[in-house]
Amino acid sequence: MCGIVGLFLKNEALQPRLGDLLSDMLITMTDRGPDSAGIAIYGQDVEGLKLTLQSDTPETDFDGLSQALQAAIEAPVTLRVIDTHAVVTLPHTAEDAARAFLKEKGIRIMGAGQAMEIFKEVGLPEDVARRFDIRAMGGTHGIGHTRMATESAVTTLGAHPFSTDADQCLVHNGSLSNHNRMGRVLAQKGFAPQTENDTEVAACYISSRLAEGANLGTALEGTLQDLDGFFTFVVGTKNGFGVVRDPIACKPAVMAETDDYVAFGSEYRALATLPGIEAAKVWEPEPATVYFWER
Amino acid sequence: MQVIDLATTPLRDMNATLQAQAKDTNMTAWEVQNPKGAHAVAVGLDGPLEVTVQGSAGYYCAGMNKDATVRVTGSVGPGVAENMMSGTVIVEGDASQYAGATGHGGLLVIKGNASSRCGISMKGIDIVVHGSIGHMSAFMAQKGNLVVLGDAGDALGDSIYEARLFVRGSVKSMGADCVEKEMRPEHLELLADLLERAEADAKPEEFRRFGSARKLYNFDIDNAGEY
Repeated sequence: MCGIVGLFLKNEALQPRLGDLLSDMLITMTDRGPDSAGIAIYGQDVEGLKLTLQSDTPETDFDGLSQALQAAIEAPVTLRVIDTHAVVTLPHTAEDAARAFLKEKGIRIMGAGQAMEIFKEVGLPEDVARRFDIRAMGGTHGIGHTRMATESAVTTLGAHPFSTDADQCLVHNGSLSNHNRMGRVLAQKGFAPQTENDTEVAACYISSRLAEGANLGTALEGTLQDLDGFFTFVVGTKNGFGVVRDPIACKPAVMAETDDYVAFGSEYRALATLPGIEAAKVWEPEPATVYFWER
Repeated sequence: MQVIDLATTPLRDMNATLQAQAKDTNMTAWEVQNPKGAHAVAVGLDGPLEVTVQGSAGYYCAGMNKDATVRVTGSVGPGVAENMMSGTVIVEGDASQYAGATGHGGLLVIKGNASSRCGISMKGIDIVVHGSIGHMSAFMAQKGNLVVLGDAGDALGDSIYEARLFVRGSVKSMGADCVEKEMRPEHLELLADLLERAEADAKPEEFRRFGSARKLYNFDIDNAGEY
């Protein structure tokens, strides 16, 4: 099954509540998938680059990491540790050096960007939201996922959202059938999937199309031509939010829009607690139709 | 009027209360409040109850209904009135996938739109959709009537048996073995009755009828490529 949610705020006054609203939406979807959960959240832009790191042994891996990384890349670093994750901020110019250092240390990079941070772990949405204190996080938009695993192992790396380029992320309900071959094609374009997971291939696909100059709408249109399988995708970019369903559209989807926000849920239940939902325009997105918003 | 508030009453208790009503109960009017998209609201009813669900419900609302009238003031998720036997289910808003699937009898009215697979494998239910329906609707439909005031999506009536399909708007495409058929006086009469019972403002003469060409009933080697 899997449960997916997304919230794109139009009203700035709601921004401090983004994490709180998204957490409630995702927790409501818990019984669609108990294996792992994750949220990507677009907070305030920073001057440099944010890398969201993950470690299975955060006590040792993150201890002294700030100083070691600073010395290795010869640039100032700030580090915020949140449970098994850490968000490190550094100058853009130091990205390659930082990635090399972290790889050598065996610390995973879940995502990168000026605005986006990603938190995902094995476990239920309620636990993940609490461990990472998602409710306290503000921001402009975010997406979330609770997983019932089908295509790859139940691990942190197999959890959604997947991020395969700066400030880009994707969640998926469904399963792809041409992801192995597509993964090889994308690897040649410089977007090699890092896991065995089918959803990561879809994220790589969107990233490769955006890198080629496509806008978000065109990149999402492309999934209908180039990806085979069942999918409802919800995608975030630094300033955008998009949804697309495959032509068969057996994976559920409901959307709501008001003057204050655009929201997506696998089911209406996920939207039922949003402010002003009673007066919102609520609809089921059409099959093979791209919906996207940008600010 | 009895009121059950799902904000304070567990879902199973609500269904058990409604299911426990005797056939000759005089407590026939019920209201369910705060469904908030909950699954399986007002399912398995088998008495002459009048249940109003105030708000939107999730999966399988009013499934397996028998004798009861269930009215939902909002929208419903997938599988509304699935396997309905008799009675009436009215949705004021939209319905998601496979509305009225496998229904044996009764009347399902959707005042908004229904999405894909509306009336899939219907076995005698009558479905009236005031808006439009999505793709693969009435797939393998065996018996009953599907009336659509708006448009029908791709592959209407694929592999249909003996159900009748009436569409007022456009049909994007017909599925295998589905053909347009002549509208005879008995069909106009049938439609007039269904439209009236479904509170629908439309004239029977505005509809076209679709049904089975009956070419896929038995295996025919010439059709091997169709399977």
